[in-house]
Amino acid sequence: MIEFILNDRFIRVDQAKEGMSLLDFIRKEMNLTGTKTGCREGDCGACTVLAGEIINNRLVYRSVVSCLTPLINAKGKHIVTIEGLNTAEINPVQKSIADNSATQCGFCTPGFVVSLTDHMLSNHDKDAVHSLSGNICRCTGYKSIEKAAKKVDELKDTLKKGNEIGSMVEKGWLPHYFLEIKERLLKISSDKPKDRNSQIIGGATDLMVQKPGELLVSKLVRITSFVPDTVEISDDRIFIGAGIKMNDFFENKYLNRYFPGLSEYLELIASSQIRNMATPGGNIVNASPIGDISVLLLALNADLILESEEGSERQLKLRDLFLDYKKLDLKPSERIKYITIEIPAQSVLFNFEKVSKRTHLDIASVNSSVCICSDGKIINEIYISAGGVAPYPKLLVKTSDFLKGKELSIDHLNTALDIIQEEIFPISDIRGSAEYKRTLLRQLFLMHFVKLFPQNFSQKKILSLMLTNAVI
Amino acid sequence: MKNFDSGSHVTGKSVYLDDIQEIKGTLHAAVVFSEKAHARIVNMDLSKAKRSEGVAGILTAKDITGENQIGGIIPDEPLLAEEEVHFIGQPVAVVVAEDHLLARAAARLVEVEYEELEVILSPRKAKEAGQFLVPPRTFASGNTEKGLSGCKYIFSGSADSGAQEHLYLETQGSYAIPLENNNIKIYSSTQGPTMVQKITAQVLGLSMHHIEVDVTRLGGAFGGKEDQATPWAVMAALAVQKFNKPVKLILEREEDIKATGKRHPYSSDFTIGLDSDLKIRLFEVEYYQNGGAAADLSPAIMERTLFHVTNSYFIPNVKATAYSCKTNLPPFTAFRGFGGPQAMFVIESAIALAAEELKIDKDVIQQKNLLRKGNIFHYGQVCDSNNAVKSWDESQSEFKLTKEKQEIERYNLENIFTKKGLSLMPVCFGISFTKTPMNQARALVHIYQDGSIGISTGAIEMGQGVNTKLMQVASGIFSVGISRIKIESTNTTRVANTSPTAASSGADLNGNALLMAGKQLLGRLKKTASEILNAEVTNISLKDEMVFNDNKKTDLSWEELVEAAFLKRVKLSEIGHYSTPVINFDKKTEKGHPFTYHVYGAAAVTVKLDCARGIYETESVKIVHDFGNSMNLDIDKGQVEGAVVQGIGWMTVEEILWDERGRLLADSLSKYKIPDIFAAPKVIEIRPLDTKGPKLALLRSKAVGEPPFMYGIGVFFALQNSIKAFNPEYRPEYNSPLTPEKVLMSLYPKKNK
Repeated sequence: MIEFILNDRFIRVDQAKEGMSLLDFIRKEMNLTGTKTGCREGDCGACTVLAGEIINNRLVYRSVVSCLTPLINAKGKHIVTIEGLNTAEINPVQKSIADNSATQCGFCTPGFVVSLTDHMLSNHDKDAVHSLSGNICRCTGYKSIEKAAKKVDELKDTLKKGNEIGSMVEKGWLPHYFLEIKERLLKISSDKPKDRNSQIIGGATDLMVQKPGELLVSKLVRITSFVPDTVEISDDRIFIGAGIKMNDFFENKYLNRYFPGLSEYLELIASSQIRNMATPGGNIVNASPIGDISVLLLALNADLILESEEGSERQLKLRDLFLDYKKLDLKPSERIKYITIEIPAQSVLFNFEKVSKRTHLDIASVNSSVCICSDGKIINEIYISAGGVAPYPKLLVKTSDFLKGKELSIDHLNTALDIIQEEIFPISDIRGSAEYKRTLLRQLFLMHFVKLFPQNFSQKKILSLMLTNAVI
Repeated sequence: MKNFDSGSHVTGKSVYLDDIQEIKGTLHAAVVFSEKAHARIVNMDLSKAKRSEGVAGILTAKDITGENQIGGIIPDEPLLAEEEVHFIGQPVAVVVAEDHLLARAAARLVEVEYEELEVILSPRKAKEAGQFLVPPRTFASGNTEKGLSGCKYIFSGSADSGAQEHLYLETQGSYAIPLENNNIKIYSSTQGPTMVQKITAQVLGLSMHHIEVDVTRLGGAFGGKEDQATPWAVMAALAVQKFNKPVKLILEREEDIKATGKRHPYSSDFTIGLDSDLKIRLFEVEYYQNGGAAADLSPAIMERTLFHVTNSYFIPNVKATAYSCKTNLPPFTAFRGFGGPQAMFVIESAIALAAEELKIDKDVIQQKNLLRKGNIFHYGQVCDSNNAVKSWDESQSEFKLTKEKQEIERYNLENIFTKKGLSLMPVCFGISFTKTPMNQARALVHIYQDGSIGISTGAIEMGQGVNTKLMQVASGIFSVGISRIKIESTNTTRVANTSPTAASSGADLNGNALLMAGKQLLGRLKKTASEILNAEVTNISLKDEMVFNDNKKTDLSWEELVEAAFLKRVKLSEIGHYSTPVINFDKKTEKGHPFTYHVYGAAAVTVKLDCARGIYETESVKIVHDFGNSMNLDIDKGQVEGAVVQGIGWMTVEEILWDERGRLLADSLSKYKIPDIFAAPKVIEIRPLDTKGPKLALLRSKAVGEPPFMYGIGVFFALQNSIKAFNPEYRPEYNSPLTPEKVLMSLYPKKNK
């Protein structure tokens, strides 16, 4: 049985339906048609709903796209659709959209309302507009939606921090039933025992796009039944549970302490909704040549701890996981349990670069990451990675090896540019021509140094390197 | 007044096609699409699919009881392929099953064996092969040969603009329900209910009165549901005819992107001639329109291209020829601007090339050639206003563009890795269907005996706010509150023979019809009031739901008046019929007065380019726009903002590519990116041009849907200017969209070895 709460209603669904998309369940079985079907691949946000769960004894809501949520991932949660947010009068979030003419055809609008409500319920201090990174509107041109989001920022300022739900209910901005949800959720079991014949599901954000039919007929089990979703510190290593949500990964305090600025790159990766669902482990085993997380972790010289069904573990360098296009050194019985990174002995500099057609919620043409340990003169340690330039996310081993121990100098960067071009093999595809990708990686490589070592490298010097190193 | 639908939109209560409560026993249809761009069908094996779970049956061309023909302008498009397929995504068969998943599972089991034929994808290749959808047309004025002699500068070049996916958030769909006596009711997500009705009747071998089409609202359309909503409705109706059960057919996004037409790509050659004073004396152009595999609306779109050859400029000697070329791609179709944007991109490219060669700023040439009152368009209509110059001048002063230019120059000197670019984009767009007979509409108004009002017109609400404008019109005529008014669904049994809601004309045509009906009713009610009050009918007026006599409030309320009229057996229903006066066009001479009026405006666009990464953002789009006397600035500004961002998308990241076999590469939302909230310009500023507005516009409020789309073209040239600021050697090519890839490769061109 899958049990969850949908708006104010307790739901019990037969296990056989665990692979059905939450979207179809909401619309077709529950007849709640405010949630819209736009693309079924998490790229439009018209099907956005809230998923509430108890974390550290706190009821936490996150926006997710229901099209990529198999019912099993709704298990034990409070799912809220637009209907579940409606109050007697239109609530202030809804009113902010209406008042600012931020709705035209209206098809995307419930998704926007839900995302903005996610912002109201969250406890971070970002602007509301950031909650809309996964919502597309084809009518308004967004300026009116920005105004609505600004109004929502003002509304949020009036809530009691840490008790957003209570505060909103008190003001009549959320239906009263929200106050009872926490207690009701505690009575619902969320996970089931391991079943070896099951397909393991993480965020399912790619599986639901690629194999929706298969999921419908498979037995499923959540990855969190096997692997942790937390970040732990032990001696000199950080252990990241492979089931951690993308947002939690980027905002983790330890990771940000040792790799300053990590959280700034969050906006370049997927959308708010997808980051609330997807896991780094999933991004790694997906093995996309352009996987953002793999590229990022390669530069952090990450290791994987793999666990087999029998319980035996082995450790593998992430860079050694990738064998060829979508081919991994991973047995069918193995899964990633932890991603582990050595805590750097001294402060490291870290940078991530990504260029895609659209800056947000788009797959990169080329991405690249670098992690450097340096005293400002000599490069003591360096790992540079790149995506989109080989059949798999690639640690630029030769380039990294060359630069290690070298002085931070224009000449060395110049030589490194040649080495990069020798060790990459981009192909022409929808994300760009091979020539473009080569040029782009040259640019991104140099921009790492412009950003990390502005004292060592003047923009003019780097520019002349860019102009003289034409890609052939 | 805000969009009336806002309340139901924000609460998720608005009903779109797929939200209609399904009748028990409803079957679901899935389409089998051609996998080949051009091929002979050797064999189609349905046996496996028929045996698949839950399948009611499979329809092919053989099951069509009437004519297998859906072409609107030219009968050249079958509903379901017979012997040959002409594009990937062409419907071949329709599988009908118990639910949409079972239907799709079965559709995958249909085996079609093809014998592949030669594939032509480029319009120039099609022209070489003599493959045209319709014969070419030429619009000309003056004498281009003589004009040549007056030119000091002559430049020739070419310009290419790409396709664009509509990406209405609601995909195409229909729901057809059997009624008694062979009648069928179709809910369709269409801009053209009459077209759906007519083509369904034709394919099913029925008369139009058997088919009722009903539309509540669309989740976006932008032209994509003008003609191309039809096949899905016809297929559902065909399945109803066969199985006598309700049938729903909703396209999944990937199906919609693959199978439906997009904005026409154009490839064009031009020659521009200027005199020593930089007046454009001459413009010659050949447009190669990629029409796809069937005519669809291509001939009309080609025609509008020919009307917009000169954009906002007066050019005395023009010769423009357009070829509508037949290729093996899904038939390209209407999309906001309807061929106008493609024409404007070419003339702007020509001016940009001239400026580039003459080493001056483009806006110097633009400004010198703006249309003035009394100029004659190359198709014979006289320009009746100075709004082109007025909006240009106002944009210069209001937005302090001279200063902005200087600031950008300074910025570009100070910054190495970021450069800014500015470009100005004037727009002049003709309003009316260029096919004169389509400029008609009707409105049916009922005043119920309790004083509430029901209005039916041919207008389709798709987010543009036409229903809100209709409410404003009715509320204004009767001086009653909005709560008394309901705009009914658009239904062919209430308002017949409608034109599609398109060409920005929905409010003008249907609103004017409503005005006419309303005035008739108002006259009758005033007469009734005069009888009750024993007053002169000319002294009666209505205000705030009360009757006034000689401008003095009486005790007679709106409700009492209506009830009295009902008891006196006064006719409380009326149909207004509006046909736009004045307009005409002679296709033999290609001259006439095709447009009721023109919409003008000027935009200043500033972009910021990251010259290290080749990515960019639109900093600002500042517009002086000719709304006429806008009846609803909230709605009209929303139309401008939405159109601008769509136009920017067309010029920048919305890239549609096919492989050499005619397969769409950007075939999903993960590969085809439209602007998101972060890609929208940082600033969009809109100033209404101070003008009275033309009499023939609804309440002097001009049509607004399409014209602002073309301000987005300014981004292309602003980006080129920013590239030039980084790379002085840059030789621009007029090939849109200007993707980050093209930008980066222009910033760092390959060195010649």
